[in-house]
Amino acid sequence: MSEHVDIDKQVRVYFLVFGALMVGTLVTVLAAELDVSVPVALTIGLFIATAKASLVACFFMHLIDEKKIIYWTLALTVAFFIALMALPLLTSVADQVGEFAEVEAHEPH
Amino acid sequence: MEIPYTVEAHPETGLNNGKIGIWLFLTSEVMLFGALFATFIMLRLGSDGNWAAMQAEAELNIPLATLNTAVLIASSLTMVMAWASLMRGQLGRFKLFGWLTVACGGVFLVIKYFEYTAKFEHHHYPESSTFLAIYFAMTGLHALHVIGGMAWNAYFTGPGSKLFHTNRQWLTDRVEHSGLFWHFVDLVWIFLFPVFYLL
Amino acid sequence: MAEPVHASPAHDEHHHEQSFWRKYIFSTDHKVIGVQYSVTGLAFLLFGFVLMMVMRWNLAYPGEPIPFIGSLLGENRAPGGIMLPDFYNELGAMHGTIMVFLGVVPLAVGGFGNFVMPLQLGAPDMAFPRINMISYWCLFLGGVTMFASFFLPNGAAGNGWTSYSPLADIALNGQTAWLIGMIFLITSSLLGAVNFITTAIQLRAPGMTWMRLPFFCWAQIVTAFLLLLAFPPLEAAGVLQLMDRVANTSFFIPEGLVVGGEVVDRSGGGSPLLWQHLFWFLAHPEVYVLILPAMGIVAEVIANNSRKPLWGYRSMVYSLIFLGFMSFIVWAHHMFITGMGSVMSTFFQTTTMIISIPSVIILSALFISLWGGSIRYNTPMLFALGFLPMFGIGGLTGLPLGLSAADIPLHDTYYVIGHFHYVVAPGTLFALFAGVYYWFPKVTGRKMNEFLGKLHFWPSLVFMNGVFFPMMIQGLNGVSRRLADGGITYDFAGEVAGLNRMMSVSAWCLAVAQIPFIINFFMSIRNGEKAGRNPWNSTTVEWLAPSPAPHGNFDQPIEVVRGPYEYSVPGSDKDYVPQAEPAST
Repeated sequence: MSEHVDIDKQVRVYFLVFGALMVGTLVTVLAAELDVSVPVALTIGLFIATAKASLVACFFMHLIDEKKIIYWTLALTVAFFIALMALPLLTSVADQVGEFAEVEAHEPH
Repeated sequence: MEIPYTVEAHPETGLNNGKIGIWLFLTSEVMLFGALFATFIMLRLGSDGNWAAMQAEAELNIPLATLNTAVLIASSLTMVMAWASLMRGQLGRFKLFGWLTVACGGVFLVIKYFEYTAKFEHHHYPESSTFLAIYFAMTGLHALHVIGGMAWNAYFTGPGSKLFHTNRQWLTDRVEHSGLFWHFVDLVWIFLFPVFYLL
Repeated sequence: MAEPVHASPAHDEHHHEQSFWRKYIFSTDHKVIGVQYSVTGLAFLLFGFVLMMVMRWNLAYPGEPIPFIGSLLGENRAPGGIMLPDFYNELGAMHGTIMVFLGVVPLAVGGFGNFVMPLQLGAPDMAFPRINMISYWCLFLGGVTMFASFFLPNGAAGNGWTSYSPLADIALNGQTAWLIGMIFLITSSLLGAVNFITTAIQLRAPGMTWMRLPFFCWAQIVTAFLLLLAFPPLEAAGVLQLMDRVANTSFFIPEGLVVGGEVVDRSGGGSPLLWQHLFWFLAHPEVYVLILPAMGIVAEVIANNSRKPLWGYRSMVYSLIFLGFMSFIVWAHHMFITGMGSVMSTFFQTTTMIISIPSVIILSALFISLWGGSIRYNTPMLFALGFLPMFGIGGLTGLPLGLSAADIPLHDTYYVIGHFHYVVAPGTLFALFAGVYYWFPKVTGRKMNEFLGKLHFWPSLVFMNGVFFPMMIQGLNGVSRRLADGGITYDFAGEVAGLNRMMSVSAWCLAVAQIPFIINFFMSIRNGEKAGRNPWNSTTVEWLAPSPAPHGNFDQPIEVVRGPYEYSVPGSDKDYVPQAEPAST
């Protein structure tokens, strides 16, 4: 951390973030009780989780004010993380595209 | 022999070695848990709609997990407070918050232990279904990370804190780095909780 | 903020005469660790080679008792000295694992990377010396686990180095030990990668800008990123397969799997393809982990011995980075026959064709670097020159495998084995030998013998080709890579089955050709020609340190003022200008 950080101000931010995380946890639990379809529930749940994770990363892990080289490293990781996540998704999409093409081929027009 | 930039920041990057090292380590952790999340998605997509049934059968304890989430978030707060106390030069408060962080980790593990034993009592083992398998794999690996983080923090709060008197800046940096790891473990749990218990 | 106290972080470490254990065994000096890695790597290369030579007996003379060692192998491996197919599988799987993870990676990355990179950067040591030591001992434990698994009651892992599920999930052999060993090896590589990247970012000497880095350092940095980001998915996969074996889970076991006529008693619901995806997500970048440090070594040796700057240094560096990046999105070209659909296979064919471009740029730049040079044909240079065409053959034979139409008939034939070995054996291994001969004076203060070096190189070149070229011919005839008898029971193998004997004899001769190297290696440590700081008249920074270099490396402050390959500069009084030599006034 740079030396001119006002630590008292930061501590206040930490408590605010802590409060937001606690509220976020409650909201997630309550939102799970909602009677919505699975895709909607997944979207809500992952949205809240991502918001909470961003708070932790930005403030507790000081990413909001970090040096360039760390941003570059993380950007690289994000790129490969996406490749990793694409692994199951692309595979199942490819299957579906394949099935779709098959169905179309058999359907008389 | 001295390694340059162990404590002082490199003039170009503005960082010391430890900070870069811990972030690089965390990138590999991102890929480790990323691969497990990818596995999770693939198993769920490939379950032919049986996922909800497997999840219901596993009877995960939502109130306990919610409590655990709160415990872990609180430990993240005490972790940054420990670091902030060192920044202010308060050794006593640093130790208080440091031990609180370790204690929160301990509470988390105890609750996790009760959750696991409740599963085993109902004969819910990793082999029972792919849902339980990935549940035990991911939460188990996460628990190992909690244990690692606790050991790391306990060292700097206990014997490692002697450094306060000889090289305060170095101790502060080290605590910041162990904090980064600890927050990352918290961050992983923030995703694990909804993914397994709620969705 | 409170006033920072700047004390030296390791003030109690210097000026002490260290004990033998601290100095040579649990050392934190990057040079000692580099030597530990190298020796471990060379020993495992030899061991992996021995495994292969035993396999080659059964391929050449199936069903005949193995001479000399056949009776020592035991009744459960080779009754009456005749190799059982299961034992053949063990040898095959362990040959691959040991050569890749315990031979080439420790030597190329752990050995050369550790020893040379900090010296070339002008750094006193690695950024985290203690983590460096731990990463070596993790590797050592992994190696011990792998080696010990041969003595398990059911033998070592025998499911291929790829350990495909579901076979690897249910096999009774030492797959569990393999997984535990792999977890040690992966941990070692991860810690090493963190250390390498931090060192390269933080500990470059003043004036050593990114574009003044020797190409070898660039190769190590890209390699470290590949290890850092590609290995964790395999670690995850390894943990899951371990759970499949130990906790009876079904991550990689589909529903209704039938083994030996009976449905396996597992919950099912897993996916064997998942293992392949996670495995190749690592293992394709791993191929570049094997080849990039080799390219780095060859670039150093060629620039030094052609007495010319590398041609196209910048384009080589950018190609290297692009190569590293692309290597993460080509993995599924190993999986064309899994029925993954034409959309996916089109994507991966395209990326595979694209990734060949930077490799060709680097290889071309190395060839062009030779043009018009005053080439010195010493042993390191011979091996580096041998690398160029051998890697070229390896790369070009890979193109048909990257196109699914051609890959489908060639998949799992000896063609694949031939292709891959051309890249790694006469390719990477030749580069590693070049590195051993080239940096040996820096490690020991003495040069290796030139005559024995040439006696090592020429027979190796001939017999390497004798081993691997016939594999291409067999593969094009459709001979499967998995057969313990070399395919003699199949009609189509008939006309090319005779090549098996040629390959086996070549392999054994190749072993004989390594004897001069072994003699040279041990003899030169004590009796080699004494070398000063800079026996090759090289420009890079490592040659400014004493040979052998002390703990802390340099006895003078290093200030880099120019690029890495200032050879034959017009108007200069000698034909090389070291990177850190002040401009003459």
